[in-house]
Amino acid sequence: MDKLMLDGNAVAGLLQEVFAAEMTTAIGSCATCHATDPVGATHVYLGAGIVLRCPHCDNTLAVIVRDERRAWITFQGIRALGLAL
Amino acid sequence: MARAAISGRLTWQLAEAVDVLTETPHVKTIAFDVADWAGHRAGQHVDIRLTAEDGYQAERSYSIASAPNGTRLDLTVVRIADGEVSPYLADELKPGDRIELRGPVGGYFVWEPPQGGPLLLVAGGSGIAPLMAMIRLRAAAGSDVDTRLLFSSRGWDDIIYRDELERLNGNGLTVVHTLTSSQPPDWTGYARLVDAEMLAEVGPSPAERPRVYVCGPTPFAEAVTEALVHLGHDPQGIKTERFGPTGG
Repeated sequence: MDKLMLDGNAVAGLLQEVFAAEMTTAIGSCATCHATDPVGATHVYLGAGIVLRCPHCDNTLAVIVRDERRAWITFQGIRALGLAL
Repeated sequence: MARAAISGRLTWQLAEAVDVLTETPHVKTIAFDVADWAGHRAGQHVDIRLTAEDGYQAERSYSIASAPNGTRLDLTVVRIADGEVSPYLADELKPGDRIELRGPVGGYFVWEPPQGGPLLLVAGGSGIAPLMAMIRLRAAAGSDVDTRLLFSSRGWDDIIYRDELERLNGNGLTVVHTLTSSQPPDWTGYARLVDAEMLAEVGPSPAERPRVYVCGPTPFAEAVTEALVHLGHDPQGIKTERFGPTGG
């Protein structure tokens, strides 16, 4: 267990800043193990970038890197993302 | 619930400190008034931003500890000695001072009375804050939903909201403390880290399919979640909010 591991709640503000929507209740499915979880339940690591990992298989779901002007996001391990309308 | 409270682009707002309350030797609660506050749901948090004279900015997240109450919200702050933000909030901030804040943020780690129960709330230290918002909302709404709070603190004097929890105990709310580092001489309660046996005794049982909210430092949250799953609780029914060792 990594003491520095957080969860999707820790990036709720950043995600809402980028997507203009509450994202911790969005449901994502993992491209590797196909498990579905709310973004709030994903494992989050904060470093030079922000890494979201699948809580079941540890697959990297998404990486967010930001500077003062942009946020760069790769959804490399998310198969689908469902948002409430 | 106003749609505006959960969706839309976040903007930084000015929040004015209106009251500072000492909870324990290391913990204070600061009540803020936010003029255009859209309201919040129990369990949500805010991001706080402090800007130094040279432009350096530090951001931290704090759970809202108060039940929805107009334009007022309470943040409970643990003073981390070498932290960038908490010493300012805990030691320097006075009523009338203003800081930048945005929110409410989050929607996953939220409970409101219509969701029902039974509820199992497990808090480690200042992890009590978002759970206290739920407990306060439950009381304000007159809800008698079966609610068990298992609250882990280092010692008796470190129990945040101790007197209020004692007052609220009853009406379907059961408050159970465990004191992990030191105990008063006449202490008869739990005196160890939260484990599966303790969680089984505090209940509710997995068969009652409780909604479970766990909030605390990452090692605490992981140990509690693992024990709950070991007892047979549905992992999907367990919501966790972790905070790291740094930040403060």
